[in-house]
Amino acid sequence: MSTEVKPVDIGEYKYGFHYPDRSVYKTQKGLTEQVVHEISDHKEEPEWMREFRLKSLQAFWMKPMPNWGADLSELNFDEITYYARPTDRQSRNWDDVPQEIKETYERLGIPEAEQKYLAGVGAQYDSEMVYHNIHKELEDKGVIFSDPETAVREHPELVKKFFGTVIPPSDNKFAALNSAVWSGGSFVYVPPGVKVDIPLQAYFRINSESFGQFERTLIIADRDSFVHYVEGCTAPVYATDSLHSAVVEIVALEGARVRYTTIQNWSSDVYNLVTKRGVAYDNATVEWVDGNLGSKRTMKYPSVWLMGDGAHGEILSIAFGGKGQEQDTGAKCVHTASNTSSVITSKSISKDGGTASYRGQIKVEPGLENVKSHVECDALILDPNSKSNTYPYMDIQSDDVSIEHEARVSKISAEQLFYLMSRGLDEAEASLMIVNGFLDPLVKELPMEYAVELNRLIELEMEGSVG
Amino acid sequence: MKLEIKDLKAQIDGTPILNGVDLTVEEGRIHALMGPNGSGKSTLANVLFGHPSYEVTGGEVLVDGQNILEMETHERAQLGLFLAFQYPVEVPGVTVGRFLKRASEIVRGEDQVKGAGFIKELRKNLEFMGMDQGFINRYLNDGFSGGEKKRMEILQMLTLKPRFAVLDETDSGLDIDALRIVANGLNRMRGPEFGAVVITHYQRILDYIKPDYVHIMYGGRIITSGGKELVETLEAQGYEWLRKEYGIELDEEEEAAYEHGSEAR
Ligand SMILES: Nc1ncnc2c1ncn2[C@@H]1O[C@H](COP(=O)(O)OP(=O)(O)OP(=O)(O)O)[C@@H](O)[C@H]1O
Ligand SMILES: [Mg+2]
Repeated sequence: MSTEVKPVDIGEYKYGFHYPDRSVYKTQKGLTEQVVHEISDHKEEPEWMREFRLKSLQAFWMKPMPNWGADLSELNFDEITYYARPTDRQSRNWDDVPQEIKETYERLGIPEAEQKYLAGVGAQYDSEMVYHNIHKELEDKGVIFSDPETAVREHPELVKKFFGTVIPPSDNKFAALNSAVWSGGSFVYVPPGVKVDIPLQAYFRINSESFGQFERTLIIADRDSFVHYVEGCTAPVYATDSLHSAVVEIVALEGARVRYTTIQNWSSDVYNLVTKRGVAYDNATVEWVDGNLGSKRTMKYPSVWLMGDGAHGEILSIAFGGKGQEQDTGAKCVHTASNTSSVITSKSISKDGGTASYRGQIKVEPGLENVKSHVECDALILDPNSKSNTYPYMDIQSDDVSIEHEARVSKISAEQLFYLMSRGLDEAEASLMIVNGFLDPLVKELPMEYAVELNRLIELEMEGSVG
Repeated sequence: MKLEIKDLKAQIDGTPILNGVDLTVEEGRIHALMGPNGSGKSTLANVLFGHPSYEVTGGEVLVDGQNILEMETHERAQLGLFLAFQYPVEVPGVTVGRFLKRASEIVRGEDQVKGAGFIKELRKNLEFMGMDQGFINRYLNDGFSGGEKKRMEILQMLTLKPRFAVLDETDSGLDIDALRIVANGLNRMRGPEFGAVVITHYQRILDYIKPDYVHIMYGGRIITSGGKELVETLEAQGYEWLRKEYGIELDEEEEAAYEHGSEAR
């Protein structure tokens, strides 16, 4: 089998390799109603979903591009392929996955991670999930972990009840786009009282060039349940741009807790424009841990709607804006019930002329009592060419509200470097130590494996950046 | 290790600060360096370690005959030089334990600081310095009190085991117990293979340390050297005495520095 694997240079983007495009089916470039019909046909969907898509397409066409955030002026919707089917079937066994696709995931370390510390894995290659598996005991307890297509077929009542309710297609242009052409992603349902104590992970890989990946994830945590879902993403390095525009909806019913961790590491030609939102009912908790490395442009503001008494929302966001990159990330919490609390912690690093912006919003609806919110954003700028911005918005309509907001921008100071170097560390190691130190309070929140992964990614980003 | 500073001149932002410093430290010797505020003591320390803000405009610094002025800061540390900072720098997010482990690996060699042995050693050193064991997990100097920062510098010295150390006013801002502990720290390092320059304004630490030599810096030069008696004269008469004794003609800038110095006393 011929594989054209690009050599991997240490210090460069490590996942920039690709295999030949062997899609079994692809729509033609550009977006038309015809493309939407083809996707729907391929998935043999019920009519209601086809209609949902077509309506969403209209919304996409109607909606203007955002006139704020990252610079998207070079994004050309006509140059993108919206659907590419890598294989005709999905497997529960890695050995049944086509060789090159399997090799890709092996190089990304997924099967190994699955063995060691995951309760279930989904692996998406371009438009489709090619692998999906979950521990038998969880399945026996009624936990559902599948792609959304399967859920549409097998659990239409659940899907119909929640799909597109947390993030309606009309929410924003990219949510509309995703709703029109979505393919792949995850569907998770955790029955009442069930705690999934080791993470489920989905891994999203783009292989094709000038491609758009539009996965759709819906997580429903029933009363008093718990689940930790982890998402990882990478793509090859091409000369042209790709688009990743996902929609992730989380529903945490009474007393449930959902933690969603993203370690995104896109190549530098991916536009990453993602809408993520969770709703937390009475005493429920939704937590987003969002690590944004790589990509050309990222616009992503995970949010929590605190809709029930005692609900809690927490967002930890890490962004690393390197050369040619613009990370416009942040968080949003909307309090619509009393006794709710939210905590937002953002850490951003910019280097080599990159930009990292924090954009956040806290909204408190009228007539509420005992609402608390704490926002903390720290930015570290590594060199004079790089930029950091902070855009905090507050819309507070109740009186009994305690809001704290702290923002700090720091630079790696010559004094810190001198101090560490006077103890024997060379400049590169001293800078890395300062950066890791900056992130430490956040990284500590991650499970060990992901903390290690994140530290390793930061190290790669930092390599070759100093003298 | 023998350290020789020869006619060292340095400037910052075009302002000359060191105007020809000569000083030789043999191993096994402890030198005290005194002098009024602004006379260039910290500048000398910084230049010895290659601080990027200073430009060396003349002279040389030899370590065992090798000129170190072209070396990077970390390479000087790897030679066995150590600087206890007058103003230790905070490094948030980096724990004392992790930092010292890594720095020790580099300057002492990985085989010297393996696993449990190192932690044990670090714990002992903390105890010696009268510091709580909890400091191992605290972020380096982050939120430390002034005195804790100074103790941390000496803790680092004890742990990194340099062959030559410069202590820049480590005694300033310390309570009496801490002062004795810091002096004990230096005395513990003392031996035939260790040399040091102790920069200070006060006799008290020197009573504990008993330096072999005392030097007085003034206007970016060492203007006189001697023994303990020099310190006593200074304590009794202040820097005014120096001017008379050595007939120093001050130019305007030096005058300003001098004024500044006598105010601060
Ligand atoms: N960027 C600068 N531009 C001009 N002069 C400077 C600059 N930085 C430091 N200096 C001056 O260099 C001189 C020497 O400073 P240094 O810190 O070496 O003094 P010192 O002897 O350590 O004093 P102290 O006893 O107060 O610690 C001071 O007069 C100081 O103001
Ligand atoms: Mg000084």
